[in-house]
Amino acid sequence: MLKDLKNRTASFLGPLLAATKKGRTPYYITIGALLISTLLVYLNPLSVPAFLLFLLSVSLVYVMPLKRVFRIIAAAIIALVLVPVIGIRNIFYLEVIFQISIFAALALGLNIVVGFTGLLNMGYIAFYAVGAYLWAFFGSQQPFLLYSIPGTVPPGTPFLLNPNFFFLFLFLGAAVTAVVGILLGLPVLRVRGDYLAIVTLGFGELIRVLANNLDKPINLTNGPQGITRIQRPTIPTFVLDSWNTIFGPIVGRPIAEGEFYNLFFYVLALIVIMIVIFTVIRLDDSRIGRAWTAIREDELAASAMGIPVVRYKLAAFAVAASFAGVMGVLFASSRIFVNPESFDFMQSIAVLSMVILGGLGSIPGAILGAAVVVILNLQILQGLSLWLSSLRQSDAVIPLINFPFSSISAQLDPAKYQRMLFGLILILMMIYRPEGLIPAKRRRREMLAKKKEIELEITDTKPAIESEAEHGAA
Amino acid sequence: MALLEATNVTKRFGGLTAVDKMNFVLDQGQMVSIIGPNGAGKTTFFNTLTGIYRPEEGGIQFNGSKLIGHRPDQIASLGITRTFQNIRLFGSMTVIENILVGMHYRLKQNGITVLARSGSFKREEAEAHARAEEMMEFVGLQDVGNELASSLPYGGQRRVEIARALASQPMLLLLDEPTAGMNPHETSEAIALFRSIRDKLGITILLIEHDMHVVMEISERISVMDYGRKIAEGSPAEIRADARVIEAYLGRGAAAQLTFQEDSNGAAQS
Repeated sequence: MLKDLKNRTASFLGPLLAATKKGRTPYYITIGALLISTLLVYLNPLSVPAFLLFLLSVSLVYVMPLKRVFRIIAAAIIALVLVPVIGIRNIFYLEVIFQISIFAALALGLNIVVGFTGLLNMGYIAFYAVGAYLWAFFGSQQPFLLYSIPGTVPPGTPFLLNPNFFFLFLFLGAAVTAVVGILLGLPVLRVRGDYLAIVTLGFGELIRVLANNLDKPINLTNGPQGITRIQRPTIPTFVLDSWNTIFGPIVGRPIAEGEFYNLFFYVLALIVIMIVIFTVIRLDDSRIGRAWTAIREDELAASAMGIPVVRYKLAAFAVAASFAGVMGVLFASSRIFVNPESFDFMQSIAVLSMVILGGLGSIPGAILGAAVVVILNLQILQGLSLWLSSLRQSDAVIPLINFPFSSISAQLDPAKYQRMLFGLILILMMIYRPEGLIPAKRRRREMLAKKKEIELEITDTKPAIESEAEHGAA
Repeated sequence: MALLEATNVTKRFGGLTAVDKMNFVLDQGQMVSIIGPNGAGKTTFFNTLTGIYRPEEGGIQFNGSKLIGHRPDQIASLGITRTFQNIRLFGSMTVIENILVGMHYRLKQNGITVLARSGSFKREEAEAHARAEEMMEFVGLQDVGNELASSLPYGGQRRVEIARALASQPMLLLLDEPTAGMNPHETSEAIALFRSIRDKLGITILLIEHDMHVVMEISERISVMDYGRKIAEGSPAEIRADARVIEAYLGRGAAAQLTFQEDSNGAAQS
């Protein structure tokens, strides 16, 4: 039944899909979709469906069979013109894209450890925390508050560093977290499999608890209250002015410095994510990437083939940690505030589920996974919650059964079911699509090979049964 | 001078002495087999040679350097590579990628040249791919470079494993039951391959083998292990006639009978 339905839809959709891939059609479709969705978002800055439509048409640039040059130009226009414009129309969209970039970098980093090398790391968010707290400490007044009561700032306390040290700390954050990754790896990588998962889980919690409690005896982290007034780099006035003269008329109003910071961090996150993607792709397609995969496939055979296993595992840890470190610095500065709550165990799990959702070992998969999870969190669930609460406040009733919306319990708020939804998605993924949304090339081949094997077995057994039957008849 | 020299190598697992004061010498360019009943300690001996196990006693010299205390990857880079009794390929990697992993320590690119895609990186990758293709051809694999290693038939997987071990241009190749599970046709092809590895590439071969046809046909020397000890050593003809060997394989009574009949041909085969 189901197969029949599948065949029928395939026979209907097949030619339609093929038609979209002929000649110049993909270009027209992509450009058209981008223009329409941008216009929709521009005119309805608060509409969630419009924004989702926009993101979908952005993904067309990746999905459609287009020329490389066209892809790059389209991506540049989207990133540098379309997104800033609609982002200023509704600042929340910039926040969504900024978070997608942050989590995509984290997912790509974790993908190296879990997807490529096959080491289950359940405390990955700790490296993000280390990066964030690094700039939080040096980029705030905290170094002068070591002996004051947590939460109090004596008037006139200076900042230790000039805010523009932020740029240096982007690199320092990467270096320091890489070292932390190696230091953690040295004792930890001697344990394998499940044990490694448990040890890294412990490490993740350790860092969070340290952040929570290091307000005594010396006030390093300001404890659960978190560090605030973390500095942002200064933006030269001419940058803001030139933005306003070029984009002001399009957006409809000049913007202030505070809003411009959203744009600034968005662009910065974009640059970092580009570097991360570039790094991961190049590492993957080299002796380093092959060594990582070999370790995942068979550690003993890898070492017998001359791969120094521990060194490569450490390298995987260090590279992954450095991605998280950079994004941590960026996060701390963009929020001007960090507290231990942002780095709890659920965050590690969220990043892990992004990697699994997208496809273990898959680079585009990790990015898509991050996008799906962040959008689900920030847009769809919250959008549904808002819609439900607006219904609750109205006098509307469900027709036939005469049930007033106002008596729907607040416990049914979709935003409260975030984790449950994640769990559900992961379970369904594991059952129906274990290779992820965009499987890694290697894994795709693997799954294909398995399928072939099964088909072969089926065709193999058929003649055997037939010949047996013939034999019996004879 | 001997290429490989193991003296008094002893490996214990708790109360079990898997390898017991094993002495073994291998000269450059030889093709030598180790035989023995199941559980005699042959594979354990291989594992001590390749650094997977560290023996409790004894020493191993290879080409002038001591092997004991080195990690498997260090031993591989000294020039000993191996295949495994139960094939251990990197299943989700392609055949070419498997062979490229075998070349790992021959390739010299580091993180910086990899990220920069420098000229030397591109050259080395191209050379490595070409060499991997050559290796595939050498072991008799055609047009399967982009297939997944796990999708190959059994005999093909054995070949890939040998190609992977050869890719690092070792001095000594250890083969652990390389013809297990092969049909007679595949076995004779495998024998030809082993000969060409030794004769054309000049690689010394040490193999563990159960198929006595193979052992008798290709070995210049045979060592027989039983209960972790070496009980006999010599040319195929000497081993065939050795009473201790027959005893180890068939038990004392059969050995007495067979030596009495001086029928040494079929004895070791079963």
